[in-house]
Amino acid sequence: MVPEHHLLGDEEAQKVLEDHKITMDQLPKIHRSDAAIKVLENIHGPIDEGRIVKIVRKSETAESFVVYRLVIRR
Amino acid sequence: MMRGVSKRIGSIKFSCVSPEETRKMSATKIITADTYDDDGFPIDMGLMDPHLGVIEPGLRCKTCGHKVDECPGHFGHIDLAMPVIHVGFIKDIKRLLQATCRSCGRVLLTEDQIDVYKSTVESVGEQGGGTIDFKLLTKETSKDASARPICPHCAAEQLKITLDKPTTFREDGHKLTPKEVRERLERIPDKDLMPLGIDPQTCRPEWMILTALSVPPVTVRPSITLDSGDRSEDDLTHKMVDVLRINQRLRENRDAGAPQLIVEDLWELLQYHVTTYFDNQTSGIPPARHRSGRPLKTLVQRLKGKEGRFRSNLSGKRVNFSARTVVSPDPMLSINEVGVPVAAARELTVPVHVNEHNIEVMRAMVASGPEPEGDYRPGVNYVIRSDGRKIRVTDRNAETVAEALEVDYTIERQLMDGDIVLFNRQPSLHRMSMMAHRVRVMDGKTFRLNLCVCPPYNADFDGDEMNLHVLQSDEARAEARIMMQVQENILSPRYGGPIIGSIHDHVTGVFYLTHRNPRFDREETLNILSKFQSRQVPEPIVEDGVEYWTGKMLFSLVLPSDFRATFKSSICQSCDHCKKEDCVYDAYVKIRQGKLLTGTLDSKAVGNSKGKILDRIARDYGSTRARQFIDQVTKLALGAIMNRGFTTGIDDEDIPDEAKLQIAEFNKTSIEKVSRLVGSFREGTLDQMPGRSLEETLEVEVMKVLGQARDEAGRIAGKHLGLENSAVVMAKSGARGSMLNLSQMAGCVGQQAVRGERLSRGYWDRTLPHFEKGDLGAEARGFVSNSYKSGLNATEFFFHSMGGREGLVDTAVRTSRSGYMQRRLISAMEDLKMMSDGTVRNTADTIIEFKYGEDGIDPARAIQGRAIDLEDVFVETLGDDAEMLTRVEEAPSGEDYATKEKDEMEFYEEAEGTEELDFGGDE
Repeated sequence: MVPEHHLLGDEEAQKVLEDHKITMDQLPKIHRSDAAIKVLENIHGPIDEGRIVKIVRKSETAESFVVYRLVIRR
Repeated sequence: MMRGVSKRIGSIKFSCVSPEETRKMSATKIITADTYDDDGFPIDMGLMDPHLGVIEPGLRCKTCGHKVDECPGHFGHIDLAMPVIHVGFIKDIKRLLQATCRSCGRVLLTEDQIDVYKSTVESVGEQGGGTIDFKLLTKETSKDASARPICPHCAAEQLKITLDKPTTFREDGHKLTPKEVRERLERIPDKDLMPLGIDPQTCRPEWMILTALSVPPVTVRPSITLDSGDRSEDDLTHKMVDVLRINQRLRENRDAGAPQLIVEDLWELLQYHVTTYFDNQTSGIPPARHRSGRPLKTLVQRLKGKEGRFRSNLSGKRVNFSARTVVSPDPMLSINEVGVPVAAARELTVPVHVNEHNIEVMRAMVASGPEPEGDYRPGVNYVIRSDGRKIRVTDRNAETVAEALEVDYTIERQLMDGDIVLFNRQPSLHRMSMMAHRVRVMDGKTFRLNLCVCPPYNADFDGDEMNLHVLQSDEARAEARIMMQVQENILSPRYGGPIIGSIHDHVTGVFYLTHRNPRFDREETLNILSKFQSRQVPEPIVEDGVEYWTGKMLFSLVLPSDFRATFKSSICQSCDHCKKEDCVYDAYVKIRQGKLLTGTLDSKAVGNSKGKILDRIARDYGSTRARQFIDQVTKLALGAIMNRGFTTGIDDEDIPDEAKLQIAEFNKTSIEKVSRLVGSFREGTLDQMPGRSLEETLEVEVMKVLGQARDEAGRIAGKHLGLENSAVVMAKSGARGSMLNLSQMAGCVGQQAVRGERLSRGYWDRTLPHFEKGDLGAEARGFVSNSYKSGLNATEFFFHSMGGREGLVDTAVRTSRSGYMQRRLISAMEDLKMMSDGTVRNTADTIIEFKYGEDGIDPARAIQGRAIDLEDVFVETLGDDAEMLTRVEEAPSGEDYATKEKDEMEFYEEAEGTEELDFGGDE
């Protein structure tokens, strides 16, 4: 049910922003308190605000679809 | 993009107004509650003071010296004798009081906490947080602060502050007067305001407690002079009078040293009046009323809700160049056209710029005046000179105005054939509710439209009215023509299939034209073809010296010459083994090289929402060809149906007596079966179904038996209703009605249900007093064994009404609920747009979806929701060999007899979202 979440490294994150020609604040957001982030924190240790998470979800129209979300406070 | 814009708004900031500012921007102080003196002149320093602006024509404003419409009006002010709380800020005041110290006024946070707050503000800003995020943040900070019992700065103990709605603050039960509240807010130092979400540069918290009240200009609250000569004042003026009166009394009492109790009472009364002046629907206090008992419409009421300023005057406006009238059908119009009555065409105008190339034509047009004689020709209503002066053209001045016409003038020409207009029917639920049509000026007083465009508008002709808007600029016309024209909207983005197509009689007509390939002699053929423009009559087939044309031949005339398609029509019986081309029902449609070889065409071929041929043409040959196809099919179908003649009546549901007997017999056995079930239920011998109680088991079994009874009745009746029967033709070809409708008329209406269960409520343990208590039999619980034609008996009729009532309630509830749901969806998504890189973004340019629909596919161009139609690709590359892959014969198709459930499903699909109850009073 819950789609895959991956934490991006700084370089990867930079590349995502460049690929889409956007700045960080234009990304969709995800709260630090989100259950998925909690799970990622178990693997990677604490995740600060400003990191980017890659989410691969199943899509009815495109089979699988990748989205990126910016981690924000709360 | 910003062409011609010299100044651009960078940002707008809303803030509070200080009492000093209120006084500074005030044109005059208001001290007296009276408005006009005995002679009818406004009293100075009264509520209608001429310094506040002018509402009577001819007078000049005493502040700016301008006349009506030039003077914007000026604010005045009232100095309040005692401060009062502004209701609009009550929550913020409460928050501030709770988050600050009662003695030193500092925020109840340590310096460290304040620093932490400052850094969070910055990071939220960086991560693209909006005002909502900041608001949440300050709310959190305030909450942290109010939780502290002792001030970290002066160590004072904090008491609990509560709000007694709407405007009374209490500290540990003791009332805080607005004056005390104001003093506390004054004590909060500027540097502590930032963490509390207030910018001290523009706003001080004590300004939320009013000491001076702004009086709006008279232009905001104009008085109306009635026919009798009496003046009637605006609600706001009435409210201001109340405020002034109490203010005056409060001041007098206070200055005279009246007892504290009296002063406090008056103070509270002043608070009440000021509160209701802002919002007359504040919870906890009675609304202020007009003498007649009607609640006053004060400031908040002017803005709020559907009839408020925002929704009714700013988001929506009344417009010029529009018309509204009743609609009626005209099958001879193209789907792209709309018939406009002459009376409307003469009023509606299109601006035409005069240049050196068209000046002579325009001159002639102006010279012919606003109402040229003879057949309809567009006249000219106005000429706009290059200096902006507008001259009305009349019969008398037409000649002179025409002569004075120069290049660079603009003329407002009346509507003429071919003009592009927008046509709309409410409720505008989807984008096809407003489409662009081409004008055809016609006699009569109604708008005429082609019947094929009824489904997108959900229009019928029982008194429906529609709106028409004339486009005023070339850009608008171009956009409308390219994106909004009817032919561009044949394919609906809702389900990726055609929404415009043949309906009702057109489907029947095409059915008669092609079913079993009838032959027509020369006269009939010419009659059928006479309806449409293509004058090419194909070569007849000559057999034994007799020439004839076949229906399939005639239909092939309207197909593109290289068209191919293979599918099963809706009369297909779903035989176990499909005989394909040799189908005995002529249900296997095969089109090669634009020639209809076998099969019957019906709603599955040309109908709206299902039409396969239509779908394919619109997709492969473009919208223009699709429009042409629909127009021609319409005319051909009308020719065919008029050649044959078509009618239906209740005698179409006549079935032989022995069939009736059979049905009655079957119903009887079913009812007996139900009694046996009830019997075994009583005895306890009924086998309980897993996961169901005994009662539920009985209900399920009974419903099953009675459902079978209805279906069997339908089957028996259906045996005697063949394709020679008009009603059956309509049902089977998909033109109108279903076999279930027919079997309910001819055979048996069946079980009535409320909430999906047999009827059970009414009296104690029974539905009606005609039955014994506890009767669980078929008749007692709403089984109608009669047909609509044979007539229902009294109890059956009552049960049927119960079922019918549920349907009505359902639609009423569904429309209101789906309407509100849609409004919420629209407000959430109205500012989203797809960018050129495929992302969906909002106005702040933040990404909402990385790729539109996750696949970037336009749903209107998708095939039933899929991006590519593989079968189509196979057919295109392999030709007839592809049939091995596509297996048309195995495709599911309509069953012979619709069950009630299936019928309802189809009905809902059709009606989804577009259903409505009685929109105008006349329908």
